[in-house]
Amino acid sequence: MKRYLANGEIYIWLTGAFLGLSIIMIAGMLVLISVNGIAYFNPHPIDRFMVVEGGDSLNLLGQVYSSEEIPQEVIDAKGFDPTGESPMRYLVRVGNREVFGQDFVWINGPEIVAQERPPDAICMERSEYGNAYGFIQSLEAGPDRMVNNEVDAWDAFTTVHERVMTLVNQIRSIEKSDLGGLSYRMEEYRLEKVELDYDLEHQALDPQDYRRRTEEIAEELRGLDAEFETLQQAIDSLRALSEGYVVHLRIFGGEPGETVRIPVSSIVRSYKPNVMTMAEVAGFYASKTWEFLSDDPREANAEGGVFPAIFGTVMMVLIMTIAAVPFGVLSALYLREYAADGVMVRTVRIAVNNLAGVPSIVFGMFGLGFFVYFIGGGIDSLLYPERLPSPTYGTGGILWASLTLALLTVPVVIVATEEALAAIPRGMREGSLALGATKWETIRRVVLPSATPGIMTGAILAMARGAGEVAPLMITGVVKLATELPFDAHFPFFHLDRKFMHLGFHIYDVGFQTSNVEANIGMVYTTTLLLLAIILLLNLSAIIIRARLRRKYRLVGF
Amino acid sequence: MTDVLRQPSLRHSNGVVSEPKIRVQNLNLWYGDSQALFDISIDIEPRRVSAFIGPSGCGKSTFIRTLNRMNDLIDGVRTTGTVAIDGEDIYAGAIDVVSLRRNVGMIFQKSNPFPKSVYENVAYGQRLLGLRERQVLDEVVERSLRQAALWEEVKDRLNEPALSLSGGQMQRLCIARALAVEPNILLMDEPSSALDPIATAKIEELLVELKQKYTIVIVTHNMQQAARVSDYTAFFYLGKLIEFDETRKIFTNPEKKQTEEYITGRFG
Repeated sequence: MKRYLANGEIYIWLTGAFLGLSIIMIAGMLVLISVNGIAYFNPHPIDRFMVVEGGDSLNLLGQVYSSEEIPQEVIDAKGFDPTGESPMRYLVRVGNREVFGQDFVWINGPEIVAQERPPDAICMERSEYGNAYGFIQSLEAGPDRMVNNEVDAWDAFTTVHERVMTLVNQIRSIEKSDLGGLSYRMEEYRLEKVELDYDLEHQALDPQDYRRRTEEIAEELRGLDAEFETLQQAIDSLRALSEGYVVHLRIFGGEPGETVRIPVSSIVRSYKPNVMTMAEVAGFYASKTWEFLSDDPREANAEGGVFPAIFGTVMMVLIMTIAAVPFGVLSALYLREYAADGVMVRTVRIAVNNLAGVPSIVFGMFGLGFFVYFIGGGIDSLLYPERLPSPTYGTGGILWASLTLALLTVPVVIVATEEALAAIPRGMREGSLALGATKWETIRRVVLPSATPGIMTGAILAMARGAGEVAPLMITGVVKLATELPFDAHFPFFHLDRKFMHLGFHIYDVGFQTSNVEANIGMVYTTTLLLLAIILLLNLSAIIIRARLRRKYRLVGF
Repeated sequence: MTDVLRQPSLRHSNGVVSEPKIRVQNLNLWYGDSQALFDISIDIEPRRVSAFIGPSGCGKSTFIRTLNRMNDLIDGVRTTGTVAIDGEDIYAGAIDVVSLRRNVGMIFQKSNPFPKSVYENVAYGQRLLGLRERQVLDEVVERSLRQAALWEEVKDRLNEPALSLSGGQMQRLCIARALAVEPNILLMDEPSSALDPIATAKIEELLVELKQKYTIVIVTHNMQQAARVSDYTAFFYLGKLIEFDETRKIFTNPEKKQTEEYITGRFG
């Protein structure tokens, strides 16, 4: 037995088993997230249920989202037959929130009397009140033009919808870019006026100049107002074209024969899931995925896309890396190359290592106190005193959030860089010095280039750690919904004082801070999958760069 | 107090008297509290090969490193005495160590090419001096590689990584690299101890060529190499310079008993 243990084979099996367990856990988690995340885009079929509850019978139409065993209390309360198999209940999305007040209902299996899958059942995703389910009854295609036949109405609807959608998108783009640009410039003038008032009050401005400039601004604003009018008219005319089309949908669950009127311009997407072909399903997936990645969120983050969050996350990670890596590399350089080894250096090194273990929320509080209030407040009183008490940099923003996270990840970079520097053989440094190089020249021309793969390892680890932290962000600049991106086409292009959205926070918000939790579970999975994919992408690109550098500097340590 | 060493005559066969290139007087060196070099005084002749031999740990490497102040890089090193190169004491306060090291090149026991291309390795020194013109650099690189007898072997591989060369080629590359900054003196610390006999032979041929232009000081634990290659030989033992004379004399008729015992292999 002893010999068997000494042989060491059992340890090979043991270590392999644990590695396998770890891989299974990671893979399992990834599979769970992927399956649920991708299922979010699935066009669920629409079922129609006839349910008997008490003595009443009820018709319901909707998409089954999930099912579970009925909890015991409900079985007892409803008096279901407890023998035999556990009865299931189904979470059905019946939509039509403006009529029913809630998106989802639980339907108990034992209460279902009839269930079918009508081929013409339609699901309509809307810009407000969520989904609508029903059968098309008629279409108002303009004044005095009703299409009453169901078949014709659906065909007419699809054509009309496409046209209306183009118009709606045009309106949206005008609003976003043109109108957005106008209001940006108007805001600029307003701020300038505030600054002028402030300067006049503090006698930093000649009253004549003040009058002159104020008049110039007023002139500009008049011009902008005129532009605004023209754009508004354009929008109004487009809107006029797009209104006037209303769909009448026969719904179930309320009064028999009840219909709702849905303006076509408010319909984002409509489909008949029960009769979709494979090609149509694939198209549906593609369209939903594209919307998810490129659109703004709708309905309090419950619907729509997460583009601003993607943008905010990536931009924050980049700023954080740009701040953390040079800072960390230079610190490590000093610690390793220049500082005399003694108590001081050892203490600093211990402090750096411990910093890596501090909980991130503590960094958040430090960031709030130091960056936001102290430095941000200082910048405000120095550069933007006229806007006070409304803060510019004295409040959370993407710059402070990124810097806070940079502090969090700097210890990682320092440790990795120190290891990389230590791995460079002494002979290489001596060779350079023996040729008449100074210490700094040796570092710059020989040591640092050779240490670059190791430094990149540190950068990768830093990025991975920083991209996933959410707690410190919540108090230094992340918001649930941001109307503007921190980077746009207006000078100075980078608006580092703006608040931003972040995927990690978005997951938290969608999963726990919205009212319609059941609807959002799918989105939580999808957003998680997206965040993992983005981090993987960032890490992968860094790893590829490092591999290339390693090939160049091979045979040197790391 | 060591007895006065008989210095080799500075009078050459053709009657010309040359000034010593390096004049070391009463050099002592301590690593912290322990003394490594004891009162060394020696004159190194210009454009000759001077070999230092002796058993391991006798201080030859330490001594050679004092000649270009590489010992400054080690903490706790203290020296007394003078080392004068072309008449100037290199341990005086006003000396620019950087230009000293350019003038006194060093080849290490374990070759240490940079992880750059062959070309960049040789051009490194000149780039430090600010030379950037491609054409001039090309000339310097070719000249240095020819002097190091490496040009023919690498002229088609100038942009390949230097670390892909063989051991002997890498050592010759290091020699070329040192020659590129146009030194006057070359210090070689056991340059071929890590090389196979063929590579070693190539290096030794090189030394015979190079000594026409450069003053060479070579440390070697291989006595036969010293006998083959050098004009003058110094025998070190336990941090002291025991004997220094023309090679011919050291190896045929040494004055000191210790020298004789070492040469004949009584101890090593």
